[in-house]
Amino acid sequence: MKFDTPAGRNPIDQQKVIGKPTDRIDGPLKVTGTAPYAFERNDVAPNHAYGVIVGAGVAKGRIKRIDAADALRAPGVLSVVTYENAGKLGKAKAHTATMLAGPEVEHYDQAVAIVVAETFEQARDAAKRVRVDYARTKGKYELKAVKDGAPIAKGDKMKTARGDFAGAFASAPVKLDATYTTPDQSHMMMEPHATIAAWNGDELTLWTSNQMIAWAVRDMSETLLIPKEKIRVVSPYVGGGFGGKLWVRSDAVMAALAAKAAGRPVKVALARPQLMNNTTHRPATIQRIRIGADKAGKITAIAHQTWSGDLPGGGPETAANQTQLLYAGDNRLTETHLAVLDLPEANAMRAPGEAPGMMALEVAMDEMAEKLGMDPVRFRIVNDTLVDPEKPERKFSDRNLVRCLEEGAQKFGWDRRNPKPGQVRDGDWLVGLGMAAAFRNNMNMKSGARVGVDRKGMVTVATDMTDIGTGSYTIIAQTAAEMLGVPLDKVVVLLGDSRFPVSAGSGGQWGGNSSTAGVYAACVDLRRRIAQKLGFNSDDVTFADGKVSSGNRAVDLAKAAGDEGISGEDSMEYGTLEKDYAQATFGAHFVEAAVNVYTGEIRVRRMSGVYDAGRILNPKSARSQVIGGMTMGIGAALMEDAVVDPRFGYFVNHDLAEYHVPVHLDVPHQEVVFLDTLDDKTSPMKAKGVGELGLCGAAAAVANAVYNACGVRIRDYPLTLDKVLEGLPVA
Amino acid sequence: MTDTNGFSLTRRGALVSGVAAASTTALPLDAQPLPAEARAATVPVSFTVNGKKRALDLDPRVTLLDALREHLHLTGSKKGCDHGQCGACTVMVEGKRINSCLTLAVMHDGDEITTIEGLGKPGDLHPMQAAFVKHDGYQCGYCTPGQIMAAVAMLQEVKDGVPSYVSTDLTAAGRIDAQEVRERMSGNICRCAAYSNIVAAIADVAGAEDVA
Repeated sequence: MKFDTPAGRNPIDQQKVIGKPTDRIDGPLKVTGTAPYAFERNDVAPNHAYGVIVGAGVAKGRIKRIDAADALRAPGVLSVVTYENAGKLGKAKAHTATMLAGPEVEHYDQAVAIVVAETFEQARDAAKRVRVDYARTKGKYELKAVKDGAPIAKGDKMKTARGDFAGAFASAPVKLDATYTTPDQSHMMMEPHATIAAWNGDELTLWTSNQMIAWAVRDMSETLLIPKEKIRVVSPYVGGGFGGKLWVRSDAVMAALAAKAAGRPVKVALARPQLMNNTTHRPATIQRIRIGADKAGKITAIAHQTWSGDLPGGGPETAANQTQLLYAGDNRLTETHLAVLDLPEANAMRAPGEAPGMMALEVAMDEMAEKLGMDPVRFRIVNDTLVDPEKPERKFSDRNLVRCLEEGAQKFGWDRRNPKPGQVRDGDWLVGLGMAAAFRNNMNMKSGARVGVDRKGMVTVATDMTDIGTGSYTIIAQTAAEMLGVPLDKVVVLLGDSRFPVSAGSGGQWGGNSSTAGVYAACVDLRRRIAQKLGFNSDDVTFADGKVSSGNRAVDLAKAAGDEGISGEDSMEYGTLEKDYAQATFGAHFVEAAVNVYTGEIRVRRMSGVYDAGRILNPKSARSQVIGGMTMGIGAALMEDAVVDPRFGYFVNHDLAEYHVPVHLDVPHQEVVFLDTLDDKTSPMKAKGVGELGLCGAAAAVANAVYNACGVRIRDYPLTLDKVLEGLPVA
Repeated sequence: MTDTNGFSLTRRGALVSGVAAASTTALPLDAQPLPAEARAATVPVSFTVNGKKRALDLDPRVTLLDALREHLHLTGSKKGCDHGQCGACTVMVEGKRINSCLTLAVMHDGDEITTIEGLGKPGDLHPMQAAFVKHDGYQCGYCTPGQIMAAVAMLQEVKDGVPSYVSTDLTAAGRIDAQEVRERMSGNICRCAAYSNIVAAIADVAGAEDVA
C-alpha cells in the first residue's frame, strides 16, 4: 500500500482495542525472566563455545605485532582470530570504522582479536594473554581544539538560511548570543551487545540484539562478503538499544568470524566496560545560539550553529534540527559543522539532533525570555508557528504546541513560579521551577508484515520489527485485533527475524507508527482475501466480534480461514506527505528542582508534561516511553558525561559505576498527559512517534529550574555540583 | 604507557615479549592448542536453587550468576555489567538480595538460592510480578528480574526493621514510603527508566497508600 493522501475514516478509528491502556502482551515473559535475550539462546546452539573480544589499547596507530602464542596455549582455547587470519573482510557502508582493526587501529577498544574457548572463564583469561604491540600515532580527541575551521557537514540541511539574519540580529532591540556545550554520552542500555553465531555450511545465523534486522543482514553481508540470502538474523527480545544497536557491532562480526574459525557456534557479549569505547556514542557538541527579538518578544532573528566531531567519513550531530522548525522568525540561519576526531565512532543516540539541540535552544529561550522580562511559556506561545518557518508555504500536518504549553502550565501550577531566581527557600534548599518545549521530528519508514488466521481463529502477525522496550509487540497485536475484529488474546505476534517481512525497525521514533501501519496494510490485504474467499463484496465487509459480515451474512473468522488457514502480506510505503507537510511531535516539560545552598546538590522534585504525538496507540506503554525519555533528560542535565582522556583518546569512565545514569532516588513521580489528537498525514494509524519526544527538551527544563532555584546559569552540561557552587552565593 | 612508538599493553606483557623477541618469532595464529590443558580444574559445589538441589563441578572462577545462567540455564537473572554496578543479576541467597555477579558460585555451598524463576511463572505470577505488568514497571525487560527480586527482598528488609539512608527514625521498623522505596531500590538501574512505574508497582504490593 502506498500512503500518499491524508487518511480517511478506517477501522482503526473504531478504537475498540487501539488507544486503550493495555498491559504488554510480552509482560508475563519479561517479569518471569523467560523472555530469551540473545546470549540466552542455549536452545539453538547447545554446543557453543565462548568468545571474548580483545580491544585495541591505543586510539590511533598501527598494529606492529600480535602475539597470541600464550593465549593459544591457555587451557580450553580453541582459536584466536585477528586481522591476520580472519580472511578478507569488507567495511559496511553504515560503519564508520571497521569492526576488526588491523593493521590500522582507528579508535580505542576497536576489536583487535577474539579468543574462543570452551568456557567463558577460559576465554576471558586467555584474552588477557594476547599481546599486541602498536605503533601509536598522534590523534585529535578534543572537540574544542578542532572546532575552528571545521567545515559544514555534507548532507541535506547542514546549512539553512532565510532572510537577513545578520542585519536583523544587529538591529534587534533585545538579543542573546550564547554558547552551550553538551558532552559525549553513552547509550548504556542494560543488555550489553551480544550475539550467538552459528554456521551451517555457508549459511550464517546470528541470534543477536539489534534494532534493525534488515540493516543487520545488509551490514553483515557487506562485512563478510557473503550474499544476504545466506544470512539470518534473529532478535525477538532486545534489552534496550537507544540507537546503540541500530547497526551490527563487533559482537556480531567477531562471533561470526570466531564460529567459522572454531567450527562451532560461538557466543559473545561485550563486557560492560567495552561498550563505551568499542561501540558508538552520542558526540559532544558546541552550540552557538543567537536570538534577536523586538520589545514585544517576537523573534526577528535566530541562528543556531553547531559543531561536533567524528572519525573520518562519519557524520555530524545535527543539533540545529529543531531550530529549523520550532519557532517563528523571518531571519534565520543554521549551520552544522563536522570536525574530524579520533575518538570511537560517533553516531545516533536517542533523538539524535534534537536531544542535544534542545538542551541548548531551550536554555537560550529561557535566557531570552528573562532579558525580555517575559514569562518563558508566554515567550514560546508568542513565537509559535503553524508553518515551516524556513518554507512558509509548507504547513505543519498538525501542531498543538500552544495547547501543550498552556495545559502543561496550568496542570503544573506554573503561575506559582517567582520569575526572579533564588527567591524560594525550603530549609537548606533553594527551590525553582523551569520549563522547556518538547520537539522531535516525525519520520515514517516503509514497513511490511504478514498476517494469518488459522482454523481456530488465532491471528498470527509476523514482521521483522523489533521491540526494544518500546511496546511493539502490544501495539502490533492491538492493530491486528482492531483490523480483524478479534480480542487481543487471539493475536500472536512474532518479531525480529529476517525470515519475516522487512519492517521499519526501531529507531528515530518511527517504529510505532510505521510498523503498525505496515500491519494495517497486511490486514487490509488479508481482509480483501477473506472477503473474496467468502464471495463478499469487500467494500461493505465488517470484521467484528470474531465474525466477518456483509449485508445479512456473517461467518466466523475461524470458519472463513478454514482448515488451510488464510494469510495476507503487504507493506506500507510513503508518498510525499512528509515533504508536503512538516510532521513533528510536540510537548511541554515542567520541572521543580531544589538546589542545596551548602553543597550545590540538585534534586528534581517534580517533573511533568503535556505531549502531542497524534493517536496514542497504547497510552500505557507510550507513557512509559515518555517518562523514560524525561528521565534520560535528568541524566543529561545532571550527570551523564563520557569523559575524554585527551592524552590517550578514549572515554575514561566507561562503566556504570563511573558513567552515571539516573537511579531510582534521582527520579520523582512523573506525570504525563497526552493530547487527544489525530494526525491524518502520517499514516492510517494517524499516529506519530513518541519514543524520543520525552527526552527532547527535558534536560533544558531541569537546567532552567536550577537557574530559577539558585540563579546560577550553567551553559556547560552536565550541571555538576562544582559548576553550581562556583556561582552560588554564600549561604 | 607514554611511549609513542610501540609500547606494550601490560607490564607483564612487556617483560614477556622482551624475552620472546630475543628468542623466536610468534607462533602462527592457527597453531594447535594443547589438548592436555583443555580442562580447567573444577571444584564440586552444591546448593538449592528454587527448592531444587543442584550439584555442579565448577571452575572456581565461575560467578554465581554464570553458574545460574550458563550451567543451570536459569537465564532469568541477567548480566548487565558483571561488576556489581547495575543490579540486573539480583537473586536471593538465604533470603537476602545480592548481586550474583559479585560472588563466586563455590562460595555458596549449601546455600538456599532463589531466582526470578522461583518466584512465579507466566500464568502463575508472584504478586510483585503481576504488579510490574499492571503498572508497566519495565520496558525492555532486561533489568526487570533484578528489580523484582530486589523489590521482594527489600520489602522484607523493611519488615525486619533494617533502616536505610533516608530513614528519619532508625528504630521505627516497617515504615515504607516512596523515598524509602527509591533509596532502597537505587542499586537496580533501569535505563529505560520505568522508575516511576516500578515505585507504583511496589507500593501496590506493599499496600502503601502514601507511596508514589
